[in-house]
Amino acid sequence: MKRRSAQQRRVVNGAVTGVSTGAAVLGIAALAWILYAVIRRGAAAINWTFFTELPTPPGMAGGGLSNALMGTLYITGVAAALGIPMGLLAGVYLSEFGQHSKLGSAVRFMSNVLMGVPSIIIGLFVYTIIVLPSGHFSGWAGGVSLAIIMLPVVARTSEDMLRLVPDSLRESALALGAPRWRTTLGVVFRAAKAGLITGIVLAVARVSGETAPLLFTALNSPYKVESLNEPTANLTVTIFNYAMSPYEDWQTLAWGASLVIMATVLLLTILSRLALREKKTWS
Amino acid sequence: MTQPSPKQHLGDQAFRWVTALSAAMVLLIVLGICVELFRNSALSLSRFGLDFLTSQQWNPAKEQYGAASSIYGTLVSTAIALIIAVPLSVVIALFLVEVAPPRLSKVVGQGIELLAAIPSIIYGMWGLFVLAPVLSKHVQPALAKAFGSLPLFQGPPMGIGMLTAGIIIALMILPFITAVMRDVFQMVPSVVKESAYGMGATTWEVTRQVTIPYGIHGLAGAVFLGLGRAIGETMAVTFVIGNKHHISASLFAPGNTISSSLANEFTEAAEPLYRSALVELGLVLFGLTFLLQIAAQLWLRRLKKKMAVTL
Repeated sequence: MKRRSAQQRRVVNGAVTGVSTGAAVLGIAALAWILYAVIRRGAAAINWTFFTELPTPPGMAGGGLSNALMGTLYITGVAAALGIPMGLLAGVYLSEFGQHSKLGSAVRFMSNVLMGVPSIIIGLFVYTIIVLPSGHFSGWAGGVSLAIIMLPVVARTSEDMLRLVPDSLRESALALGAPRWRTTLGVVFRAAKAGLITGIVLAVARVSGETAPLLFTALNSPYKVESLNEPTANLTVTIFNYAMSPYEDWQTLAWGASLVIMATVLLLTILSRLALREKKTWS
Repeated sequence: MTQPSPKQHLGDQAFRWVTALSAAMVLLIVLGICVELFRNSALSLSRFGLDFLTSQQWNPAKEQYGAASSIYGTLVSTAIALIIAVPLSVVIALFLVEVAPPRLSKVVGQGIELLAAIPSIIYGMWGLFVLAPVLSKHVQPALAKAFGSLPLFQGPPMGIGMLTAGIIIALMILPFITAVMRDVFQMVPSVVKESAYGMGATTWEVTRQVTIPYGIHGLAGAVFLGLGRAIGETMAVTFVIGNKHHISASLFAPGNTISSSLANEFTEAAEPLYRSALVELGLVLFGLTFLLQIAAQLWLRRLKKKMAVTL
């Protein structure tokens, strides 16, 4: 090995320390820049009419995005109603019945794969199984595609959370004569409650900011949401459409919608992480 | 855990079946994606065959469809992202594990993780309206001045194009790679590191000669993970790449990726052949990410067995 003087080595070490500190500063600066830009431009767009009015044609003052706000709530609601129960049950199978079964390991493997499939492909898939046969875009299809994205996430996190529950608890319940399903739903779920809720909130936060899977399913609409059986207004696709339009007032609305989406997603993420950390230090 | 007795409660049988069915949905969905993508791209598959992958022609008016420019754009933007994000992640992980005091490390680590929670469309808005003007005014002219003799940095500095897309993807995959790398760095037993420190090695020497060789497989796994995410990134890229079916040597030029072509054109595609060609693009992307994911999974699984740790 080459001999180097102590001073040379100290200089190299100092340089590396400087570079790594600089890189960390760069990462945090990027985060701050994004947050600042969205908050500054978004805040300018947000007022009472933003939440209460329907969008207006470009050039007409006073439009809002009440329809898109409601649509995003409905679509996310459908996704949660489908994705959460199914994900939880799949998690129960993985942790309670299928730890070592072939089905269990296949599902575990494919869940990880499915989590890595780009969300636009999920949108394409739902287009082929729902939009094409039914002949029209719909909020339901949007909800289904978000539910598909939620399923593997909820399944894997709930598996992890259920596994943290000690077996002695299960055995006590079974010894008292409780059937397996009551043991799981009444005892194991209760013990893992905080972790399960955290996982679910994180999954909901993640899908509520998704755009690509809604492009070919829910599409978008300038009208009030009357039914989910037709193209449904939603915030994220509205951001995409309005940002790409040449009209300044539409672009302003897109910034407002960006602020709403970003604030919601970040808040949910931070809150559920805090809850999880408390749980971890507490147990 | 105890095996269920043969005389099971009826309710328990049903419960077990319901959970197994829910779990099997995952397999059914992956299978369904494969089948549907093949079925719906059949028209384009039979019309163009393998030429689809090599042809640069994308002309809906003439019913000519070739994926070469989209595939090229996907690979180039991913490559730019990795070239930026991987070294940055290594040094940020180094900062978090070795340089920063624990409390600072925690705060900075959480800040970096927050980058992963920001939705893709927000990166798109920021990239198009905030970052792109800065790049076109300051960064691209500087690059052109310094390396303008290379074809990579020629052409008008428009702010949108391949380079901008790569930079934004880099920022989006940074938190994922950093998180895994941090875990890998922390996995190295302190005894091993301390013995190197004890011999008088500096922090960098310990990192280069002990930590990195020890965790090299884990670091490779982290790169895989970033690669898988980068390749399918859609909305942010669609905002800033310029969306042009054209292969250009310059990184300043607009281009497209598979996912951006889908996002832009799919709802407008009325003719069956056009739609079929777009679904085939989706099939190519699905195939790429599917293979990558499987390779990454197998790699990490082997690693876990070898190191007996969870990543």
